Amino acid sequence: MRHIISILLENESGALSRVSGLFSARGYNIESLTVAPTEDPSLSRMTIVTTGSDDVIEQITKQLNKLIEVVKVVDLSESSHIERELMLIKVRAVGKDRDELKRMADIFRGRILDVTEHTYTIELTGTGAKLDAFIQAIERSVILETVRTGASGISRGERVLRA
Amino acid sequence: MELSGAEILIRCLQEEGVECVFGYPGGAVLFIYDALFKQDKVKHILVRHEQGASHAADGYSRASNKTGVCLVTSGPGVTNAVTGIATAYMDSIPMVIITGQVPTHAIGQDAFQEVDAVGITRPCVKHNILVKDVRELASAVKKAFHIARSGRPGPVLIDIPKDVTAASCKFEFPESISMRSYNPVIKGHPGQIKKAAQLLLEAKRPMIYTGGGVILSEAAAQLTKLVKMLGYPCTNTLMGLGGFPGSDAHFLGMLGMHGTYQANMAMQHCDVLLAVGARFDDRVIGNPQHFGEVPRKIIHIDIDPSSISKRVKVDVPIVGNVREVLGDLVKVLETNREKHDAKALKAWWAQIELWKAKDCLRYDRASKIIKPQFVVEKLYEVTKGDAIIVSDVGQHQMWTAQFYKFDKPRRWINSGGLGTMGFGLPAAMGAQIANPKATVTCVTGEASFQMCLQELSTCKQYRLPIKIVCLNNRYMGMVRQWQQFFHGNRYSESYMDALPDFVALVQSYGHSGIRIENPADVEPALKDAFKRKDELVFLDFITDQSENVFPMVPGGMGISEMILAEEL
Repeated sequence: MRHIISILLENESGALSRVSGLFSARGYNIESLTVAPTEDPSLSRMTIVTTGSDDVIEQITKQLNKLIEVVKVVDLSESSHIERELMLIKVRAVGKDRDELKRMADIFRGRILDVTEHTYTIELTGTGAKLDAFIQAIERSVILETVRTGASGISRGERVLRA
Repeated sequence: MELSGAEILIRCLQEEGVECVFGYPGGAVLFIYDALFKQDKVKHILVRHEQGASHAADGYSRASNKTGVCLVTSGPGVTNAVTGIATAYMDSIPMVIITGQVPTHAIGQDAFQEVDAVGITRPCVKHNILVKDVRELASAVKKAFHIARSGRPGPVLIDIPKDVTAASCKFEFPESISMRSYNPVIKGHPGQIKKAAQLLLEAKRPMIYTGGGVILSEAAAQLTKLVKMLGYPCTNTLMGLGGFPGSDAHFLGMLGMHGTYQANMAMQHCDVLLAVGARFDDRVIGNPQHFGEVPRKIIHIDIDPSSISKRVKVDVPIVGNVREVLGDLVKVLETNREKHDAKALKAWWAQIELWKAKDCLRYDRASKIIKPQFVVEKLYEVTKGDAIIVSDVGQHQMWTAQFYKFDKPRRWINSGGLGTMGFGLPAAMGAQIANPKATVTCVTGEASFQMCLQELSTCKQYRLPIKIVCLNNRYMGMVRQWQQFFHGNRYSESYMDALPDFVALVQSYGHSGIRIENPADVEPALKDAFKRKDELVFLDFITDQSENVFPMVPGGMGISEMILAEEL
């Protein structure tokens, strides 16, 4: 099953490789991993999307907690949460495709950030599934380049993850 | 007053109460060695290879419960030490490794003797720290010692670039340390402990299975009290030997791949299992599916939450320091008036006696060739069970675990988790230095011994009177045994031709050696060796080449699916 795990960790060099090293050493999957400092620059917040049985997820959580620099770990999928991913997609926008791509970007509430004679660069935010849907919805051959951030997540309501 | 980084490091070691450091100098640590030279509180033991340094610091720690320290230079110094670091990591041994690094400005430039020490060791340390600023050095050392010996202990590495050891700043040793990200749980949950007590009292076929956690947390007294109070059977893992007196009637012997028949059968067929500071690893319970086929309730006490329900699902998990939790458990049981089912317990012990009657450790005592088991039995007699036994890895390790009865903790030192051949001699040096008056014996094989034999020179330099008992069967015995059982007797590369004359070899290092080929000479030779209190004696026992370790649970099989000696 897919899980989205949030980690609060010391913003120190090497902390990221401890986490990624743990996943590779123990054979856990990483679907995506995002990390950036929080409002407190001494802390980083990481979101990892992974898959595994309940036993595996329990081990992942425990092993992450064991890392000295990890302050807190939460499996967001245990309760109601929000997740978002950002995608930048560059498409060939010529001829009849040009209007069609503009329409599609509007439908998916994307924004065109950069326009040239032959291309659009579109920004899209949403769940991973929504971004996938956009890619499915447009002609494959017009896609020049995509870059995705991987999911970031946060709990709904009063639940917070703080040091 | 300002001190150099090197001086700060040594001052920190003094503040931490470090009496001795095992190391080997080199370019990146020259300032540190210079600072060592100018003081006399921290003694330095010069090894002959950095692997020896990390094993010796490890052995020192295991034998004394003090944090072992090793000091090596950058590059090959670090890589040579890695085997010893990984060995300590697998057995949760508190250790601090100080490694030199190329100057900060040269890091990443592929400089001479540069290696990413923090990167290379990351998967085999509890934590590691690259100190890039001399002002962070004191707190890094404080942190390293704190992390190494608290919680589930383990090795911590501090990588110090050469320019940091040369730079100076005001020295202030941090009195205390607090880390928001690291606060191990010490006390067990009282509700869980009550539940555990209740379950233990309801048991019809109870079993107490304990591991290295009992040794590491110094909980032997609490465990012994608990077992005797309940009258339940107890078994130890390879790492747990000495946690409960090996000569006590409640002790069923070691369990696991080469555990006794009675211990493995009781483990499989119990209805309530108390697991203490042990981790249900593959060499202990074999196939977890097979183990899970018998319904039983499991209570698991461990300081490391990730060890709980990792391989086997547990009913009552208790996270905490083993000594604290066992102490609390004993208290709860003392106040609990409800008595356990004496009749069921009697029947259970009767069953265990039947299993014991298999006499699973028997061997041919009338043999004309020296049997390795016989040597270990005689070693036990001659040392009156009162030696610190340090083992290498292989058949001799298993025979020692089976035949030497360890009544006290920290008397049995071996590489259980990583299974590092070559561990024995350097670890024995560490054990001897930690306990100068103790009788330290290294039980080894001719293959293991050759992996770190250069340390014979270190033994000479520091006059370490270690007794080396070599069970020489001219084979990598355990490999040969597996090849015999599982690979159609094809002894691929497990035979060693061109062995040295060990007696002459140790003599060339200035030690004495005895070669023993006759069973009748075993005891006199041992007696002779142990009488020589001040010298290292190497006993080369020429043993039966075809002897196997029994019982044996083949890899992937269930713990009760043992091969016994007579079945072959």
